[in-house]
Amino acid sequence: MSMPTLKNDLAIMVLFTAAVLSAPLWLAPIGADYPDLLQKFAIYGIFAVGFNILFGLTGYLSFGHAAFLGVGSYTAVWSFKLLSMNVLPAVALSVLMAGVFAYLIGFISLRRSGIYFSILTLAFAQMCYNLAYSVLTPITNGETGLQLANDDARVIDTLFGISYDGLPSTTLFGLEMTGYPGFYFCAVLLILGFFLSLRIFHSPFGMKLRAIKSNQTRMVYTGYNTKPYLLTAFVISGMYAGLAGALLAVTDPLAGAERMQWTASGEVVLMTILGGAGTLIGPLLGVGIIKYFENIFSAMNVQQLTEMFAFLPDWLGKIAVTLTNPFVGEGWHLTLGLLFMLIVIFLPGGVMEGMRRIAAIPRKLKQRAVPKPTPATEEK
Amino acid sequence: MGDIILDIDKVDKTFGGLHALADIDLKIEEGKIHAIIGPNGAGKSTLLNVCIGRLEPDRGTVRFNGEIITGKKPYEINHAGVVRVFQTPEIFPDLSLLQNVMVPAFAKRDGTFKFNFWKSLSSEKAIREEAEQVLNDLGLGEHLNHHAGSMSRGDKRRLELAMGLIQHPRLLLLDEPTAGMSRHDTNRTIELLTRIKERGMTKIIIEHDMHVVFSLADTISVLAQGRIIAQGTPDEIRGNPKVQEAYLGGAEL
Amino acid sequence: MDSIFLQILNGLDKGAAYALIALGLTLVFGTLGVVNFAHGALFMLGAFCAVSLQSILTISKKVRDESITFFEAYKETPYLELWWGDTGTMIIDWAVPLSILMAIPLMLLIGLIMERGLIRHFYSRPHADQILVTFGLAIVLQELIKYYFGANPIPTPPPDIVAGSAAVGAWLGLGDNVVYPWWRLIYFLFSMLIIAAVFAFLHLTTFGMVVRAGMHDRETVGLLGINVEKRFTIVFGIAAVVAGLAGVMYAPILPPDYHMGMDFLVLSFVVVVVGGMGSLGGAVAAGFLLGILQSVASMNEVKSLLPGIDQIIIYLVAVVILLVRPRGLMGRKGVAED
Repeated sequence: MSMPTLKNDLAIMVLFTAAVLSAPLWLAPIGADYPDLLQKFAIYGIFAVGFNILFGLTGYLSFGHAAFLGVGSYTAVWSFKLLSMNVLPAVALSVLMAGVFAYLIGFISLRRSGIYFSILTLAFAQMCYNLAYSVLTPITNGETGLQLANDDARVIDTLFGISYDGLPSTTLFGLEMTGYPGFYFCAVLLILGFFLSLRIFHSPFGMKLRAIKSNQTRMVYTGYNTKPYLLTAFVISGMYAGLAGALLAVTDPLAGAERMQWTASGEVVLMTILGGAGTLIGPLLGVGIIKYFENIFSAMNVQQLTEMFAFLPDWLGKIAVTLTNPFVGEGWHLTLGLLFMLIVIFLPGGVMEGMRRIAAIPRKLKQRAVPKPTPATEEK
Repeated sequence: MGDIILDIDKVDKTFGGLHALADIDLKIEEGKIHAIIGPNGAGKSTLLNVCIGRLEPDRGTVRFNGEIITGKKPYEINHAGVVRVFQTPEIFPDLSLLQNVMVPAFAKRDGTFKFNFWKSLSSEKAIREEAEQVLNDLGLGEHLNHHAGSMSRGDKRRLELAMGLIQHPRLLLLDEPTAGMSRHDTNRTIELLTRIKERGMTKIIIEHDMHVVFSLADTISVLAQGRIIAQGTPDEIRGNPKVQEAYLGGAEL
Repeated sequence: MDSIFLQILNGLDKGAAYALIALGLTLVFGTLGVVNFAHGALFMLGAFCAVSLQSILTISKKVRDESITFFEAYKETPYLELWWGDTGTMIIDWAVPLSILMAIPLMLLIGLIMERGLIRHFYSRPHADQILVTFGLAIVLQELIKYYFGANPIPTPPPDIVAGSAAVGAWLGLGDNVVYPWWRLIYFLFSMLIIAAVFAFLHLTTFGMVVRAGMHDRETVGLLGINVEKRFTIVFGIAAVVAGLAGVMYAPILPPDYHMGMDFLVLSFVVVVVGGMGSLGGAVAAGFLLGILQSVASMNEVKSLLPGIDQIIIYLVAVVILLVRPRGLMGRKGVAED
């Protein structure tokens, strides 16, 4: 629990940047190097990093963050339709819009804490979802989802004389945001988002948020008005969600209401917990694990399983296939649910906690082997 | 007589049918140590809670430094310069000792809210050094980076004292500051509190340990059943038969 | 007037389901202090008890269809019909009510296993952990059901004799157009019966009194030397049975599918919060209140006035109540505020 230093922060950022940008290389051996999946890693990474600023630092468990994801997506698609296919205005507007929503919802929800806070956020997200499906159809296009059309206005593009043949794709000043360029755009934003989160974690502001999580009552008698702290954290994490939503639209310009459903909120909670809430890297690990295995497991079928177990004797192979079949393909969610339960039961600190425990093993062994030396303490 | 820093004026508080505080009048002089003694349930902690805004009195006002503080938010009262150290240690169990002390230090410097998210903790050298110094003074200097939640109860109390002292309050309210401490630590705390006295901080102490009370206090009030039954210097209190009867059960002091 | 009355009737059965689920939810919360996100899954499992019994009873054999003589045709005929003729047909027709008999022991067993195997270890963990682990369990249960029963809703009709509608309007001297399906009426009465049974149990038996005392002040009851743990297990079992029965009987109203549990859970949570965490009466009252409100809000007259209100009414009410009366309609002070 020693204090972070600037040097450490810099080292973390250099390593992180290198790791993210070279992801297509080092993910190749496990077959996770194709752009679609890489984009998902980066986008949900942003979502989880933002969620962690709220849940990890303050302990307030929001079950409604998907609403901001959805708001981000809708705003981005509207920006593509009305303003320009350039992604920058879309991203900026989405973040802004999600921030406004987060401010309103947070302002009300934060009047309560504990389960009541969770239920309030859930209620607001469900309202957004239900409205997006019903009366807001002119804005959201209901069940079909909001899509681009040939006759969209695109005022800014028209102003600059940019025109498209057929359905346009999203661009960054002419560079199409599909495939690897799309990934790198998301990756750069992930790096920036991570950097901001690092700064927050290691700032006085971040320490105060942790103190609120630890003992909110004490904070009040220590001279802090905790409400604006919580609201700021809520809005920041909402804006991250908005950014993630915008990027979902950037890589695939379509926005549907199901993005706002509470299961989507549950997913980000899950990813954050799985990796380790309150740690910097944990949520990203959670995203990586879930999205990677989702990709692998959900694509598997009986045939592949049979091939996988071909080395076993025939009868044993059949049993193995029967036993594993419910967990793959459509059954991926079953695996996810089980995984999630196991983590919460045995490893509440997530993967990061597990790694810490493993790292502590050699030290413990050493301590057992040699008598503990008395630490040299300075006399004052 | 010096300036009056805290002026409790006809404060009354009932819980259900219980009269916890009845018509309390109390004036505390600046720079003095005032002890409140009395049997359990006499209303001592309730009185402190009224002073820090945790409870609002049914009647009466509390003035601090001439300004009415009844009805203000606890964090506003804190910034006015009133700090309380709780009876059961109220600390931040998930933070390190150093962070526990830095949080109140930031409150003193940054006010009730400041969005300093871009600043790095490592660049806050002044606050950090001050925090280390206070912890050293209280004998916790060896444990700066320990988890506060895993400390012993006595260490937690000293930590909380450090959290109070770093804010340089004008008025420090101490609720049984030495309960649960060893004799050695108790003496050390007494010595420390005497030293701070010289720096001009006013203190109100609730204490059962008469050794602590009589070696520290300039003035004493005796509370019984929500009323102040006696007030005066330690010598006056020692000789007051009413006090001996009501509280000390006639025992010689 | 008639239409409002009709909407209130329509809200009753949904309200009854909310009330039954919320009752168990709040019972578990009040006694065990556990926030159970898997409670909706118990409701869903109950509904699938009805589905299972129906499919067990209709296990069929291919027999020659005698009515077609031109070529050889076969039809699936349940063994029960083959063996017992009309009696068999009747048993199949009564599959849903019969599955109550199956659901009671089964749901009790599931509840006991859940409490012993999982929930028990989370009594002292933070609420967030409880939410998360039961959320995981809910996903597991619903995915298992999806695996074995598929993703589509499975129609589970009520017995023929109550398939029609009751002329409620005519009975009460309202218009003849006020009719209400028999089964929904039965569901409402059934729920009242269960609620009455639960309350009677809690108020008239020693066991129930201890449970209520425990809801009020858990520590003291523990100090009295009463074996609280064992009672917790039984309370959880009861809550599971109540949720299961609510599900069994709801199957004819809403063809069961794997995610019905989650759908109802979110709403039931809102119901519990509106009623006040840990308040049994509050849960029942809020259940019916919200069911009826939802139904009234979906009237065209209301919708044209406030478009979209039917979609959000429940959540809106929850938000307003939580802000105005933080502890819900009948909640007590200090419950789950950390």
